Amino acid sequence: MAIVVENLGFNYGARAALSDLSFELQPGSFNALLGPNGAGKSTLFGLLTRLLAPQQGDIRLFGLPIRQHAGAVMRRLGVVFQQGTLDLDLSVAQNLAYHGALQGLPRQHVQTRMRAELDRLELGDRLHERVRNLNGGHRRRVEIARALLHRPSVLLLDEATVGLDTQTRAALNDYVRRLCQEDGLTVLWATHLIEEIDADDRVLLLHQGKLRADNSAAGLCRSTRTINLTQAFAKLTGPQQEMQP
Amino acid sequence: MNSTIGTTPGTVPVSGSARPHSATDSSQDKPNDSSLIHTDSGTIITAGFCAGLSAYGHCFGGILMREYLRFVQQRSRFLSSLVRPLLWLVVFASGFRAALGVAIIPPYETYITYETYIAPGLCCMILLFNGMQSSLSMVYDREMGSMRVLLMSPLPRSWLLLCKLMAIGLISLTQVYAFLALAWLVVDFDPPLMGYITALPALFLTALLLGAIGLFLSTHIRQLENFAGVMNFVIFPMFFISSALYPLWKMREASEWLYWLCLANPFTHAVELVRHSLYGQLNLAALTITAGTTLMFALLAILGFNPERAAAGGKVTR
Repeated sequence: MAIVVENLGFNYGARAALSDLSFELQPGSFNALLGPNGAGKSTLFGLLTRLLAPQQGDIRLFGLPIRQHAGAVMRRLGVVFQQGTLDLDLSVAQNLAYHGALQGLPRQHVQTRMRAELDRLELGDRLHERVRNLNGGHRRRVEIARALLHRPSVLLLDEATVGLDTQTRAALNDYVRRLCQEDGLTVLWATHLIEEIDADDRVLLLHQGKLRADNSAAGLCRSTRTINLTQAFAKLTGPQQEMQP
Repeated sequence: MNSTIGTTPGTVPVSGSARPHSATDSSQDKPNDSSLIHTDSGTIITAGFCAGLSAYGHCFGGILMREYLRFVQQRSRFLSSLVRPLLWLVVFASGFRAALGVAIIPPYETYITYETYIAPGLCCMILLFNGMQSSLSMVYDREMGSMRVLLMSPLPRSWLLLCKLMAIGLISLTQVYAFLALAWLVVDFDPPLMGYITALPALFLTALLLGAIGLFLSTHIRQLENFAGVMNFVIFPMFFISSALYPLWKMREASEWLYWLCLANPFTHAVELVRHSLYGQLNLAALTITAGTTLMFALLAILGFNPERAAAGGKVTR
């Protein structure tokens, strides 16, 4: 398994952000983490990326417990955060070089890798441009290139398309899917935008810190007897669902 | 969903793999044996990761380069770091020269001008402001989210913070030597030539001390706006209640408790360490206290560093 999450729990004070969360991700699979705002998606990402320490349960990446093998786990993980994390006053190349250095990669290797990744994202000609001068879509692409720079096996994207126009969102979504198919990259794509999910995608539906459903998008519709994912989502996260224990 | 990325000729990977594993792999990409980890689910190849000490070196190089690039982009910061001590040296010192008599005290072997006396303190003032600036930059990084990039490194967080500390220290040294050159030009401050070299380790240690204090403070500053408090409660007291502007015996003449307060201030010992080293002398007591407090604050900063606060952009509710 690429990722195994077992009985994961995390509280902010008295408020439970995640409780008893368990799931597994197959290597090379595309997985959508769907949930309304405040469902616990970002907390889960914080735990997967070691920004938060699990208070309960365990996370393993390719069999490695995240607590004991933090370095090895981080080397296999690429992350695109919801909030932009590029240094706006540095160039694209400088931002990527910084990330490469933090990964412990030799400079020459980083140069080769950044060119390869940026070419794939059609940003090869923007290498020396200041990030501040790039539009939102291009900045996101640079962040994806950065996340892939050290050739991770797992890519985590936390609402990576927030604030982008429909066309750019679709392009990024499609690009990441191709990384799964062609490179065998395991992807966990957190979103609250249902249009980013295809019928045969595996959907992990998070609500109020709990895993409400784990099925394909089509399977969710069938199990909730709804005609589309929007309705299934509403049914699973609606007020009547919140009343259930 | 329709893709517009990587679909133009030349960008679509051929031979069924878009992954640079195969697209750009070369002999340099082959992992060495020490970068393999065996697990229950098979062997993990940490491809491209330069295992061992070199990874730590590359990491330090990257952090140093980033700090340097940010520094050169902020020309006003560099200028103000020079103008501030120069004003003290030229304006303040001229006014006080007549009012204050400086007796012969080590490391000086003769009567000196007031400008000569305060120059080492002003070098430390530059380091003090830079150290506190580093705390500001840490809080800024946290609020802007770029702290997360740092924390994504597979290397130990204590090493990352240490790199940050050393990088800030090295950049501060550039400013100190620029100031010393100007001081030589403007007020004829001329310690022995070797003093510029013997002062280097003392200045670096002082930069580390003040950077560590800055780093320690940044773990306790919740918002960028709180930096004004650092100015009022850390920078000014540290600078004024020290031997930077007045000799300790002069302080004692004025007030006994002020003298003891000065002695309790690690900045006093850092100033004395720099002052002596500029004249090729080693003040062992000052070195011990400066090194000890550097270690203490570095440890406190590393132990007190809260990645959860970085994750939450400074807002930890727990």
